[in-house]
Amino acid sequence: MPRIVFAPAIQRHVASPAREVAGTSVAAALAAVLAEQPALRGYLLDDQGRLRHHLSVFVDGVAVRDRQWLSDSVRPDSEIYVVQALTGG
Amino acid sequence: MHDRLLVATRKGLFTLTAQGGWSLGPPEFAGEPVSMVLADPRDGTLYAALNLGHFGVKLWRRRAGEPDWQEVAVPVYPPQPDPLPEPLPGGPPTAPWSLQQLWILEPGGADQPGRLWAGTIPGGLFRSDDGGDSWTLNRPLWDQPERREWFGGGYDYPGIHSISVDPRDSRHVTLAVSCGGVWQSRDDGASWACTSDGMHADYMPPERRGDPNIQDPHRMVHCAGQPDALWVQHHNGIFRSTDGGAHWQDVVAPTSSFGFAVAVHPREPDTAWFVPAVKDECRIPVAGRFVVHRTRDGGQSFDVLDAGLPPPPAYDLVYRHGLAVDEDGQRLAMGSTTGGLWLSDDGGERWQCLSAHLPPIYAVRFG
Repeated sequence: MPRIVFAPAIQRHVASPAREVAGTSVAAALAAVLAEQPALRGYLLDDQGRLRHHLSVFVDGVAVRDRQWLSDSVRPDSEIYVVQALTGG
Repeated sequence: MHDRLLVATRKGLFTLTAQGGWSLGPPEFAGEPVSMVLADPRDGTLYAALNLGHFGVKLWRRRAGEPDWQEVAVPVYPPQPDPLPEPLPGGPPTAPWSLQQLWILEPGGADQPGRLWAGTIPGGLFRSDDGGDSWTLNRPLWDQPERREWFGGGYDYPGIHSISVDPRDSRHVTLAVSCGGVWQSRDDGASWACTSDGMHADYMPPERRGDPNIQDPHRMVHCAGQPDALWVQHHNGIFRSTDGGAHWQDVVAPTSSFGFAVAVHPREPDTAWFVPAVKDECRIPVAGRFVVHRTRDGGQSFDVLDAGLPPPPAYDLVYRHGLAVDEDGQRLAMGSTTGGLWLSDDGGERWQCLSAHLPPIYAVRFG
């Protein structure tokens, strides 16, 4: 199963350890996490369900292309990283 | 008179308490931008709105007597039409149906326990009837055709930053929008009317200067004891209404009529305070002299108050929620975007600096 990892900046607000999740797309993998941790939803997705503007998701080192529906596919051995963009001071 | 002052800053929520002198406690939500704070006078509950740069807007609540904060729901916009309507010809960009900022949080009336109103960017008004556990977008205002003409003033999208609930009738709600004028409902939000008649925006094309729906009130307050007395610090100057917002009159202040903040005495509708700055984009104290304006005669004359404030050059700017008056009408607090915090116990005659080194201050509130 693909493995999903959340950056420390996210963990600071909602602890969410790395884990293996079922799914063949980023959306499916993320849905599995959010089913376990609904409090995480608002930290990752905006009101319309899109990936928040200042977040990025990488699958095997490549940024996902579909920020709206997160339809990018993942393989059973994929690593999914959810990270924040660096802004501000 | 309250002996607790809440200070919402770019880097956390600070609380000061008066026990002899004022003492500053350690920040809560340290490092996080706190856009708004509310101490609900009905039950002592505290609310803090955070705007996390990466992770969106959050709302936390602490019940009176409880030691810990609890994260509660935030306003969430309903699914947006797909596609979003095109902007009006020559109009502002279509606002996304997504929460950008929780800009003002106000309690409902004394007869509405649990009721909260939240004003947001991009212009939605939300209501909670359970102390923030759930929120509903006020569709009558959101679906108002004129809303599509609202535009952002300093932010990309318009926002509601001032909400006044009439203490005589909790169903009467008045709010102000940057930039969308003043709107009122007398039926608990079921219908709305724009009530900005008399305001003018001289920076707009001549044909639009008096348009009620494009006015840019920076902050609106009412006198709790005489709620038909309203004051607005507008982008174009100061406006006052004595008839519940049906008509607004120009008021000219001595140093500058530009600014963001206004506070009104809770029982004396002719007494109000302002913090002037150079218009429009400059937004610094005039000649580097940081002062407070006070009128006690409805704007016919002003006192220019600076005792205890830093001497020139001082470039503190007080943002729209950075000035508060306590229920006694004598105790005032003022916080600047350069982290200065002052308090007065005599209506602004003399100020004491509580800190000159806080993070940028977004809001001060007693409670």
